[in-house]
Amino acid sequence: MSALKLFLPLDSTAVAMGADDLADALMSEAAKRKLDLRLVRTGSRGMHWLEPLLEVERDGKRVGYGPVGEADAASLLDAITGNGEHEKSVGAVEEIAFFKSQTRLIFARCGVTDPLSLADYEKHGGLKGLDKALSVNAPAICEEIMQSGLRGRGGAGFPAGIKWKTVAGAQADQKYIVVNADEGDSGTFADRMIMEGDPFTLIEGMIIAGIAVGATKGYIYLRSEYPVAHSVLNAAIANARNAGLLGENVRGSGKAFDIEVFLGAGAYICGEETSLLNSLEGKRGEVRAKPPLPALEGLFGKPTLVHNVITLCSVPAIMAKGAKFYRDFGMGKSTGTMPFQLAGNIKQGGLYETAFGVTLGQLVNEIGGGCFTEKPVRAVQIGGPLGAYLPPSLFNLPMDYETMLANGAGVGHGGIVVFDESVNLLEQARYAFEFCVEESCGKCTPCRIGSVRGVEVIDRIAARKDHEKNLAVLSDLCELMVDGSLCAMGGMTPIPVQSAVKHFPQDFGIKQKQEALS
Amino acid sequence: MTLLREKDYGTPKAKTEKTVTVEIDGFDVTVPEGTSVMRAANEAGLAIPKLCATDSLNAFGSCRLCLVEIDGRKGTPASCTTPVAEGMKVRTQTPRLAKLRRGVMELYISDHPLDCLTCSDNGDCELQDMAGAVGLRDVRYGYEGDNHFTESAKDVSNPYFEYDPSKCIVCSRCVRACDEVQGTLALTIEGRGFNSRVSVGGANFFDSECVSCGACVQACPTATLQEKSVVDHGVPDRTVLTTCAYCGVGCSFKAELKGDQVIRMTPHKDGKANHGHSCVKGRFAWGYATHKDRITSPMIREKSTDPWREVGWAEAIDFAARRLKETQAKYGQKSIGAISSSRCTIEEVWAVVKMVRTAFGNNNIDTCARVCHSPTGYGLKQTFGTSAGTQDFDSVEEADVILIIGANPTDAHPVFASQMKRRLRKGAKLIIADPRAIDLVRTPHIEAAHHLPLLPGTNVALVNAFAHVAAVEGLIDEDFVKDRCDLESFRQWLDFVKAPENSPEEVSKVTGVPADDIRAAAQLYAKGGNAAIYYGLGVTEHSQGSTMVMGMANLAMATGNIGRRGVGVNPLRGQNNVQGSCDMGSFPHEYSDYRPVSDDAARELFASAWGRTQDAKPGYRIPNMFDEACNGNFMGLYVQGEDIAQSDPNTQHVEAALKAMDVIIVQDLFLNETARFAHVFLPGTSFLEKDGCFINAERRINRVRPAMRSQTGLQEWEATQMLCNALGYAEMNYAGADEIMDEIAALTPSFQHVSHKMLDERGSVQWPCNDAAPEGTPIMHVDKFVRGKGLFVVTEYVATSEKTNRKFPLILTTGRILSQYNVGAQTRRTQNSDWHEEDVLEIHPSDAEARGIHEGYWVSIRSRKGEITLKAVISERMAPGVVYTTFHHPVTGVNVVTTENSDWATSCPEYKVTAVEVAPANHKSSWQEDYEATTPELRRILTDGVAEPAE
Repeated sequence: MSALKLFLPLDSTAVAMGADDLADALMSEAAKRKLDLRLVRTGSRGMHWLEPLLEVERDGKRVGYGPVGEADAASLLDAITGNGEHEKSVGAVEEIAFFKSQTRLIFARCGVTDPLSLADYEKHGGLKGLDKALSVNAPAICEEIMQSGLRGRGGAGFPAGIKWKTVAGAQADQKYIVVNADEGDSGTFADRMIMEGDPFTLIEGMIIAGIAVGATKGYIYLRSEYPVAHSVLNAAIANARNAGLLGENVRGSGKAFDIEVFLGAGAYICGEETSLLNSLEGKRGEVRAKPPLPALEGLFGKPTLVHNVITLCSVPAIMAKGAKFYRDFGMGKSTGTMPFQLAGNIKQGGLYETAFGVTLGQLVNEIGGGCFTEKPVRAVQIGGPLGAYLPPSLFNLPMDYETMLANGAGVGHGGIVVFDESVNLLEQARYAFEFCVEESCGKCTPCRIGSVRGVEVIDRIAARKDHEKNLAVLSDLCELMVDGSLCAMGGMTPIPVQSAVKHFPQDFGIKQKQEALS
Repeated sequence: MTLLREKDYGTPKAKTEKTVTVEIDGFDVTVPEGTSVMRAANEAGLAIPKLCATDSLNAFGSCRLCLVEIDGRKGTPASCTTPVAEGMKVRTQTPRLAKLRRGVMELYISDHPLDCLTCSDNGDCELQDMAGAVGLRDVRYGYEGDNHFTESAKDVSNPYFEYDPSKCIVCSRCVRACDEVQGTLALTIEGRGFNSRVSVGGANFFDSECVSCGACVQACPTATLQEKSVVDHGVPDRTVLTTCAYCGVGCSFKAELKGDQVIRMTPHKDGKANHGHSCVKGRFAWGYATHKDRITSPMIREKSTDPWREVGWAEAIDFAARRLKETQAKYGQKSIGAISSSRCTIEEVWAVVKMVRTAFGNNNIDTCARVCHSPTGYGLKQTFGTSAGTQDFDSVEEADVILIIGANPTDAHPVFASQMKRRLRKGAKLIIADPRAIDLVRTPHIEAAHHLPLLPGTNVALVNAFAHVAAVEGLIDEDFVKDRCDLESFRQWLDFVKAPENSPEEVSKVTGVPADDIRAAAQLYAKGGNAAIYYGLGVTEHSQGSTMVMGMANLAMATGNIGRRGVGVNPLRGQNNVQGSCDMGSFPHEYSDYRPVSDDAARELFASAWGRTQDAKPGYRIPNMFDEACNGNFMGLYVQGEDIAQSDPNTQHVEAALKAMDVIIVQDLFLNETARFAHVFLPGTSFLEKDGCFINAERRINRVRPAMRSQTGLQEWEATQMLCNALGYAEMNYAGADEIMDEIAALTPSFQHVSHKMLDERGSVQWPCNDAAPEGTPIMHVDKFVRGKGLFVVTEYVATSEKTNRKFPLILTTGRILSQYNVGAQTRRTQNSDWHEEDVLEIHPSDAEARGIHEGYWVSIRSRKGEITLKAVISERMAPGVVYTTFHHPVTGVNVVTTENSDWATSCPEYKVTAVEVAPANHKSSWQEDYEATTPELRRILTDGVAEPAE
C-alpha cells in the first residue's frame, strides 16, 4: 500500500494558527497506527479563516478540512482513511467560492505544490516562461513586458517595461536585479505567501529579468520578520542551483545568473527602494535623492532593476502565456491580476488574486463577508499604513490605479484593512503620524520634524485647543509633507490623514460638514 | 579689510565640456551639462534658499528648502538634486514655493533654541539667514512639543571646537564632509526619524577617529560645530588671504580676524592646492604665533653661558656684525656662513642668500632641505633636468595606480592625502612600499593592493626589481623611451636592471618582501594605466637617497609615466617653503634656478647684479660646517628658522660644533635648542606677520600676507638687510618684499613673469612662469625633458654601512605624526600636544616579548652614537626587527642616537636607518639628564638685572 499523502501549509499564517502542532500530532498519530503518512508542507491557499487547512487528494480532487488543530488529528485520520466525512470538512477546496472566483496567474501553484520541489513546479507549468525567454533575445523579453502593461506592484505602479528597457540600455560592467521583499505594510502578506509557498516563481521571474536587462546577480532584500520565507528561499535557491537553473550557465543557455538573500534589519523605510539599496550596501537605511535613478546608478552605483516580489512573480506567466493573454485581464492601464489581501476586521480574511476592476464593495462585503465583529463596516484603509481611509459610500469604486488615484487613494501593494463602526478616524490619523515618527529615516525635514508635529497638532485638535487654527496648521503640514518630502514615506503620510478628515470630519470635530458627508 | 564671504553655489561644479542653456526666472543661463538647477541659478545671480547644500559636497536633497517649479514636471523638485536639461524652464519664486519654504523653516525653528542674540553663530548662521530669506514670521507649532533644544550636553572634548547638539538641524553636512572631503568617516547619523542625531562613534570627539581637520566645522551651517575661538571671542570681521606655514602642501587660508587678533583660520575654497580643505595643524594650530614663549626683542650675550640681555635692534645688529667681522678677520673669509630656513618666505631666504654671497663674500649658504629633500633636487636634476616634482596635486585625480614610497600622507600631508583618498575610492589602485603599515594600507573604503614592508635601507634594491620586472616582461614603453630619452644611457640601464641580481627573487632576500608581491606590484605599476609615484623622506634620508630618486625616475621614464596628468614622480615635500628655499639658490654650490656656482655666466650675472665678485668654489654644506667648526675652520653661523641642535643627526657632534664656534646668530620665534649655544638672538616673525611667498611641493608660488603687524617691529628680511648693511654691503636696500620678488624674477628665468602684483591678481602660479610658459607649468616635461633627453642612470644597490649585529640587532626608523610638526617648535605650543604629548617607541610584540618589554614601559634605545629613554608602545605596524619613533619633542633627543651616515651625493643624513638595541630602563639617559640639568641655565634672560629662566 502506498503512503497516505496529506497536504498541510507551512505558511506562517497556518503555523500561527497551529499547523506545526497539527503536523506533529498527525505524524505521531500515524506512527501509533503504523500508518505510512507522507505530509507535504505546501503554501497556503490564502483562505486564512480556514487555516490550518488540511488537504487530501480524493477522486482527483483536493478536498480540505479546516480550520483544524492538533486535537483533531485522530478524527481526521479516521475520516481520511474512512469515508472522508468530518465536521470540519470544507469539501473540494477549489470549489469554495472565495477560491473559485479568483484568477490565479501568480498564485497558481501556491497551496498546491511542494514549494521546494522543482519537479512539482515544472509539472504545474513552471519554467515555461523562462524557456520562452531563453528562446528569444533580450530586447524581445523587455518588449513583451512592455506590451503586457505590467506595472510595479510595490505601490507606485510604474510601468515595468520602461524600467527594464532603461536598465537594459545602461552600459556597465555589472548590473543587478534587486527584489524588494521588505513587505512592511500593515495588512499585506502577498510577498510572504508566494515566497513561502512558491519560491520558484520569484526565482524564475528574477532569472528572466536578469537575462532581459543583462544582470548576472540578484539580491532578495527580505525583511527579518519572515524566517519561514528565509529558509524556504534559501533552500529553493540551493535546489535551483543544483538543478542548473542558477549559476554560470542557466539551463544550458550560457547565460549566468545567481541569487543571494539578504536579511533586512527591521526598518520600514528600507522598503523604499533607495533606502533598501543603501541598506543592502551595508549603509544606514537612508533615502537617496533621485536622480540618479537606481535603474542607472543603483546598487553599488551600478544599473539596478528594483522590483517588488509580486511584480517579478507576474513575469513567468506573462512570458509563458504572452503579453496579450495577460493584458486582457484588468481594465484601462491597470492590466493583469492583483493579489488583494483582505485583513483587519473581516470575516473571511486572506489573499484574493483577481483582475483589476473588481470593486471595493465586492472585495470587502461579498468576498470578505463584511466585518468579523458582524458590525457595519465604517472604513477601509487601502494600500498599507500610508493608504487612504475610504467610507462605504465609495465601495462602488473599481480597484485600478487610475480610479483610486482620482479618489485620493492608491492600490498600493493591494492590502485592504477593514474597520467597523467602533473606529475613530482621528485616532487613525494620529496613528499615521506616529507611524511616520517611528519609521522615518530622518533625512528630510518635512518627514523628520513634520511627523512629530503632526501628532502634536492632532492632539490639540482632539483637545479642541485653538481648533480652527490647528485644523489649518494640519492642512498646511499635510500639503508641505506631500509636496516637500524626499520620498513616499513622508509624501504619503498625509494621505490617511487627509482622507480621514475628508471622509470622516465629525471625528475631528468639524461640525458644519457632518451632514454633507455622513 | 572686510570679512570675505565666499559664494556658495550649493553643489560642486560639473566637469563636462558640453553646455546646456536653461531659463530660470526668465533669465537664460548656460552651464555645463550635469550642473544642478541650484548651481545654475547661482551662476545667474539668483539665490535659491538652501541649508543642506554646499558646493564642497555632493547634492543631498534633505532640507527641502530649495524646491522649485519646472514647466512640464509635476511637483516641486529639489533644485540641488535636479540636473539642468536643455530648454528647461524653472521658476524659483512662486507663492506655492514661498509657502512650502516657510513651512520647512517653521518646522526647523520649532526644534531650535530661540537664542540667536546670545548664540556664537549670531551673524554667521545659515539657519538665521534662511529664516530671514523665506520670511518666517510665526511658528504655529509652539515650543512645547518634542524637541532637541533642551539637550544641554555639549561635547567640548576637542581642544579647538565644540559640538552643541541642541543647535543641530541634522543636515548631515558634517557627516558628508567627513566622508567626501576628508575621507575619515568618523561621523555618522545615529537613530532614525526625529531621533536622528550626529554621532561621532566614540565617547566624544576627542576619543573618536576624528582627525580634527575642521571640515565638519567648516560645513556646519549653524553653531552646532563651532570653533571655540569664535565661542570665546565672537565672529571675525575681516579676512586676510594667506598660506599655511606647515607642510609642503601649501594650503590657502583665510585668516579671519578682529583687529589684529586672529579668530580662526579657515581654508580658502579657491586655494589651488587644497580646494577648501585643511588639516588639524593649518586649521587650528596657529596659537604659537602669539604664545607667551615667543621672543620679540633682540638679545645678545658675550658667552652662551651668560644670561641673555634684551637690546634694541641697532645694538643687536652692531654686536652681530662686529662678532662676524672679527671671526672673519681671525679665521678667514670662509670661516662664517648661514643656514636659510624653509619656514621663511622666498624673499627672506633670498635676502640671506644674497647676504652670504655679498657681505660674507663666500658660498657658505645651505638650507634645511639638506636634511630632507636634497636628494630629490639632485636625482631629478640628473635624470629630468629640474630639481622639482613633475606634477600638480590635481594630477592625482587621473592616476590609475598610485605608488607611495617612504611617505605617510595621512599624517604628514593630510590635505593631499584626502585628495588621494578620493581618487582611490573612485577605483585607483594603491601600492605602498614602507617598512611600517601606514594608515593608507587599510583605511575606510581603501585598501592597498600591495603593501611591501621592506627592510629600511633597501629602497634601491626594490625599485631595481620593479624595473627588472618591467624589462624582462616586455612592459617597457619603447615608443616613449625612443622619442624622449637618451638611448645610450637607456641601453646601459636596461642591461643593468635585467641582471639576475635585480630579480624579485634575489631582491626578496635583501628587502624581506616576498618575490611574488614585488612582481605583482611591479606589474601593476607598469601596466595598470596612469601610474604616479609619491614619495617622502623615506626615500631621501638614506645613504642611497639620491640613487633611489634616480631609480624612481628611471622606472617612470621606462614605463612612459612622465609628462602628462595622472603620472609623474612626486616628492611630498616636508616644509611649507622647502621647494622655494631650494629654488632661491640657498645651496653652497648653486644659484637660483639650480645654476651651479661654477658656471661662469651665472656667476657673471650675479656679480654684475649684486656688485660683488662671486666665488666659483662651492661653500660648506651643513655637515661640513659642523665638521669644520670642530676643526676650528668654521667659526661663525647665522641660522634662520632652523633648529639644527634638535633636528640634525648625531646631536653630540652638533653640540660640540656649536660650542666650538665664536659667534652664533639665531633668528627664530622661540629660544630653540640651537639658541642654547647662541650669542645673538634676532626675533623672527610668524607667518601671520610675513609678507612674501611660499612655494609648495607642486612648485606653486603662493602669497603669504601679513594678518597682523610684525611683533618684533621688523620684517625678517629687514633684520637680514640691517645686518648685511652693517657688514658693509649697503647695496641691499629693499623697500618691501615685492622688490625682492622683482629681483628674484629678474635674476631667475623660471620666475621671469612672477611678481606680487601678478600673484595677487591670479591667486597663485606654478613655476616655470616665463615667456615660454606665461600661464605657469602644472605638469613638467610634457613634450620634452627640461634637460632635453631623459637620462637613465644605473642605480646599483649598495647596502648602508649602518648594519645590525648582535649588539645592535634592531633597526630604528623615524617619522612624523599628524598632530605634531617636525621639531615641534610650533605644534608643541598649541593644544595639538593633547594628542601627542611625548614621543614613544613603537616596537613589534615579538621584539618586545623577547626583551621583557610591556606597553608603557620605559625603554632605553642605544645605538653606536648614543642612548635615549622613551616609553614603549607595542604595535604590529612594523615588521619584527624594526622599531619606530617620532622626533617632535626635544627632550626625547632622538638624534642623540642617529648617525652621521649620509647620502653619497648630497650629504642628506640617513635618519631612517640606525642599528639599535632596546632594553627596559628605569632612568633617563645621561644625555637626557644632562639636557634637563643644563638647559635652564642656557636660557636665562636678564630682567631688571636679574637672570630669569625663559618660559
